[in-house]
This record gives sequence, C-alpha cells and structure tokens, in this order.
Amino acid sequence: MRRSTIFGPGLASLALAAAIVPAAAQEAIDVTLGVLNDRSGTYADLSGEGSVVAARMAVEDFDAEGKGMNVEIVSADHQNKPDIGSNVARQWYDQDGVDVILDVPTSSVALAVADITADANKVFINSGAGSTELTRGQCRPTTVHWTYDTAALAKGTGSAITEAGGDTWFFLTADYAFGHSLEENTAEVVEEAGGQVMGEVRHPFPARDFSSYLLQAQGSGAKVIGLANAGGDTVNAIKQASEFGITQSGQQLAALLMFITDVHALGAETAQGLQLTEAFYWDQDDATRDWSARFEEMHGAKPTMVQAGVYSGVMKYLAAVEALGSAEDGEAVVAEMKAEPFDDPLFGEGYVRADGRVIHDMYLFEVKSPDESESEWDLYTQNAVIAGEEAWLPMLEECDFSQEAG
Amino acid sequence: MAETATDPVPSAASPASSGMPMLHKAIFAILLAALLVLPFLVYPVFAMKAMCFALFAAAFNLLLGFGGLLSFGHAAYFGGASYIAAHAAKVWGFTPELAVLTGTAAAALLGLAIGALAIRRQGIYFAMVTLAFAQMVYFFALQAEFTGGEDGIQSVPRGDLFGIVPMGSNLALYFFVLAVTFGGILCLYRIVHSPFGQVLKAIRENEPRAISLGYRVNRYKLAVFTLSATFAGLAGATKSQVFQLASLTDVHWSMSGEVVLMTLLGGMGTIFGPLVGATVIVALQNYLASFGAWVTIIQGVIFVLGVLLFREGIVGVLARWTGRRL
Repeated sequence: MRRSTIFGPGLASLALAAAIVPAAAQEAIDVTLGVLNDRSGTYADLSGEGSVVAARMAVEDFDAEGKGMNVEIVSADHQNKPDIGSNVARQWYDQDGVDVILDVPTSSVALAVADITADANKVFINSGAGSTELTRGQCRPTTVHWTYDTAALAKGTGSAITEAGGDTWFFLTADYAFGHSLEENTAEVVEEAGGQVMGEVRHPFPARDFSSYLLQAQGSGAKVIGLANAGGDTVNAIKQASEFGITQSGQQLAALLMFITDVHALGAETAQGLQLTEAFYWDQDDATRDWSARFEEMHGAKPTMVQAGVYSGVMKYLAAVEALGSAEDGEAVVAEMKAEPFDDPLFGEGYVRADGRVIHDMYLFEVKSPDESESEWDLYTQNAVIAGEEAWLPMLEECDFSQEAG
Repeated sequence: MAETATDPVPSAASPASSGMPMLHKAIFAILLAALLVLPFLVYPVFAMKAMCFALFAAAFNLLLGFGGLLSFGHAAYFGGASYIAAHAAKVWGFTPELAVLTGTAAAALLGLAIGALAIRRQGIYFAMVTLAFAQMVYFFALQAEFTGGEDGIQSVPRGDLFGIVPMGSNLALYFFVLAVTFGGILCLYRIVHSPFGQVLKAIRENEPRAISLGYRVNRYKLAVFTLSATFAGLAGATKSQVFQLASLTDVHWSMSGEVVLMTLLGGMGTIFGPLVGATVIVALQNYLASFGAWVTIIQGVIFVLGVLLFREGIVGVLARWTGRRL
C-alpha cells in the first residue's frame, strides 16, 4: 500500500523550509548527478529527458539547497551502445566529478557502467535496465537496481495471470539471449503456478511480419499468448494481433516487457486487453497523481516507472549523502542506502537489499478498452498486486555485501 | 611472376622499397611525438578509441584505397576479433598481448575464408558478398552462447602485459595501445610501399593489364583482403581491451559503414587520410554526444559536403594543394 499522507506534508514543509532558510550553515556538500540514458533511440520516451526532469524534481523536493548541498545534474546520450556509454561513464568519474550515475536503460550499457562505477567507487542507481545480472552474476557493492528486472516482470505476469485462470500459455519469443531468458523465466513461473506451456515459436530479431507466428499462437489453443520480446517487436506483434482479432476471440495477450509510453503510442483501441506488469502507474493514489501531474507539467507526458524510479532513487541517494556528509565514498553511500527501509511516495514501502536489489511491490495491469478509458493517459486497470517479497529473485550468497559494507 | 621490379603503373611515382621519403618520416615523427604527450592533454580513453579506429580505417584503406576493393563487411573482422580477444582475456585468462594476438589471428582466418569466396566477384557483387558474410557473423554473435547475446562480453579484465606490467591505469594502457596501433600503421605503410603494394596498385588501375603482365591477380587480391582483415582485427581486439567489453555494436553493419565514411572523409588511397578521418568521426561522436540523434545527421551533412566539395577527402585535398603524396 502507498501512503498518500507522506507527500502533501512533504511539499508543505519544503515550502516552509524555503521560506525560513535553515540556519544550519555547514560546509556545502557538492554532489553531481549524471543521468545517462537513451535520448534519441527506442528508449528515449521511457527514459530520456523525462528522467532528467525526474532527477531535477527530486533535487527540488529533497530541498538540497536548504540542506546545504550543492547539487548539479549532467546528462548524456549513450545511444544504446556500451562503448559510448562506458566512455561517458569513465569520463564523468575521472574528469567531471560525477558522483552517481542514474537510469541507464539497455542492459549491455548498464552492465558496463556497473563495473566502471565499482572501479571508481562511485554509485550506480539503475532504473532503466532489466537484466537480473546487475544484482546477480555481475553484482557490485556500488550498484542499486531500482525499478524492475525481467525476473520480476516474468513473475508478475506469469504467476498472476496463471492464478487468475489463464493456465495454458504459448510464447512468441525473440530469437536471441534476452528473449530466451525472458521466455524461460516466465515458463518456469507459469509451471510453478500450476499452468502449462503449450509451445513456443521463435521469431527473428528484429521482425516486421508476425502473421505466421500469430496464426500458430492462435492455432495452439492456449489461453494466453506471452510476448517474450521487447520494443519495436512487441509493438508490431500487438498491432498485428489486434488486426487478427486475437484478444477479441478470447485469447489473452501478455507482454513481458512493456512500458506505459508503448501502450500510449499504440492507443487503447489496439492494446486493449493486454496484460503487463509494472512497478508504478501514475493513477494509483493521491501521491502518484500529484507527482505525475507536476511531472507532466514539466515534461508533457505522464511518467513511466523508469522515470519514477530515477526520482525515488535520487531522493534516497541524497538522504544517504546527507547522513554521511559526503558523496566521496560510493560504497559507504550505498551501504547507508541499504541501512534503513523506506516509505516512498511513488513506490510505497520497500528497502534496498544487501545485493543492491530494491524490493518493492509490483502490479499487474490490464489495458482498458477505449470505452473505459476516460482520458489520453487513462490506460490501466490494476488486476493484482505482487508483494515485494514474492516478486524478486532470492539473493545470491556471493552478492551479500552486508558484511563488508559493515 | 618473374617480373616484379618494373613498375607497371605510370601514376605511382613513389620510390618503391627505397625507404621512407623525408616528408613521411617527418610526419610520422611529429605524430609519434604528439601522441606521446596527448594523454596528458586529452582524456586517454578517448585518445585510445581514436587510435583504434585510426588503425581500423587504415586497414580498410589498404583494401579500398590501394587494392580497389570495396568491402561492406569489415565490421565482421573488427567485431569478431574483439569478441575473441575479450573471450580469451576473460574466460581463458590470457594476458592482454596474447588476447590481442588471438583475436587478430581469428580475424585473419575469417578474412581468408570470406575473402576466398568474395574475390570471385567484382564491384557491387563483391560488396554484397562481404556484407552478407558480415551479417552472418553478426547473427552468430547475437546467438552464440559465449558472446552473451545483446549484453556482449562484459567486464573483461585488464590483465598484466606479458604477465608483469599491470594495465590497470588508463595511462599504462594508453602506451600499450599506442605501440600496437602505431606499429600496425607502420606495417600498413610498409605493405603499401613494398613491391607487393605496387602490384596491388597496378591491379587497381587496370586489372586485365596486370593479368596480361603475368600476375596472378586473384592471389594478390586474397592476400590484400586477408591482410586488411587482419589489421582490422588487430584494431578490434585492442579496442576490446580498452573498453573491457565486446558488443554487438562492433559487428553491426553500421560499423562497416562508419569505416567507409572515415576512410572517404579522410582521403581514400592516402597514407594519413584514414587517421584524420577516424579522428574526426570519433571526436564528433564523442563531443557531440549530447546532441543525441543530431550526431548522425551532422555526420551525414559532413559526408555530403565532403563528396560535393572535396571528393579526395581532407588529406587528399591537402596533398593536391601541396603537390605532395601524403
């Protein structure tokens, strides 16, 4: 559950603090936030400039200035290329005095940045990438993985739909490592929940024409068609499924990796009935609505869960830096972030686990039909809550950084 | 193949195998001196990236500028070598120089195999065949287990050079990369100005005449193709050690396009052109990164201007003005 009370008073006290100006005249702490994401390609809508706006809002809401912190925000485009991303990250740490890198969609770039951050002993708060490797195979004591990962999406979508009666599945899978692992994760969850996988079809990456795959999926008789792909492939598959009338004929469509900006681009007409898991939706309670309205005013679109994750990550990070009085030692800052559970206006109650995984609730949504949808962004109805303890993969022992961090 | 000493190309007036002309010696010396102080002036990782791409473009220029063969698939050797080198360093625990050599050797074998098939066709068909093979390599990298799919091979360790010199700092690595790329470019210079290079130019200018003079043209073409792939591989393998990763970007077809752009912009068929072209493009990508999508548009505009105004490339135009071969 989210607490709506936190936010209103928070705002009020911010206004107060700004008016009175606290007397605590300590030495100013210099903090530089680096928002590194896709500003021109496929993920520009779901992260991009919006994440910079979210970071700026967090700095304002935290009242960094009033607390004697001198916060600067820089941003760059990694073009979804790991070499460009790692080049920027190195340069930021070595030359530009950046203390924390935020967002970083695209797993390959995120993994590269995680390494560089650990070497430089700075902080990496990832919100945009989905790879579970960030807190597993390549876990680092300086990484915090905020918003989502593919395992949590698979868990949410797979178990919730199966338990709700969608117990036979057919997968439409992008034929490369990411697609395979998404399919595998979900199939496991489905079978665990008592469902059955009727089959799968692999499509080349990227694909334009999904008709033969969709016909196979339709012919399989499965109740649910799981889309184990991402980005343009998912959007194309959903468009063509809508042309085939698949959801209207009684089969459910479940997207395993999709964001509200994708749904918004497709429109309720095409995407209706689609089920998907997200960590955040703007229209959940007063706190999310207030925050999202402010965000929309500055950015012109509702926030995605990735952008919301950047906001909450910055809030938590600045609190840890304030407590320590310095942003120099990245490992110490992350340990401080892990010390206390949080109650966040956007993500509710949660905590940063010892391996850097942020534990919070996830939600299964269904896309509304055009009749139900009252406004442009009124797109989801909430079908289920996946409690934080169940949504995420268990921690690996070798990734437990609590001892060293002390 | 008895007669090799006589130069069948009227336009090529450079002194074959009689040592480096003073001008080139001076330029190489200045270049080396500049590169020795460069890491103290600009960010070393950026400089290393530029050097790797300079070698890549120079290797490509050997094939296009001196062999007259336009390959659209050089990313396969560049990226293939970077994957093999990254794998060797990470999984097999090779030292950096061994990893780079392994990657380079793999690129040479790949170049030999693809070249043997591709040189049977000419012109646009040659280009399409190389592109097709490069796409195969791309999809192999996307699917194979050891390449890590779209995540690539991450966190490649920066080992100890020869097992003793630690490469952890950017500066130490910089001088390693400098040695490799500068050495590679000198090798390419030597190849171009050898009797072998002279025959290549002859084939480029007039293939039937070269055949009628008794040269086995296909062997020369295969040799230059393999050499070009090898040096492209050397560049890719070195890059994987610099960035500590190998990813799909390196094998993607747009990388093949980028190297064509670098070579043409700098000056095809010149010694120093590819180095200038690579530096310009890498600098554009680096310093204009904040413009996002505009980088590609700016690159495109520069390319169009280049084609319209100075078709010989930057160095080509300089060479025309000064009346010297550069």
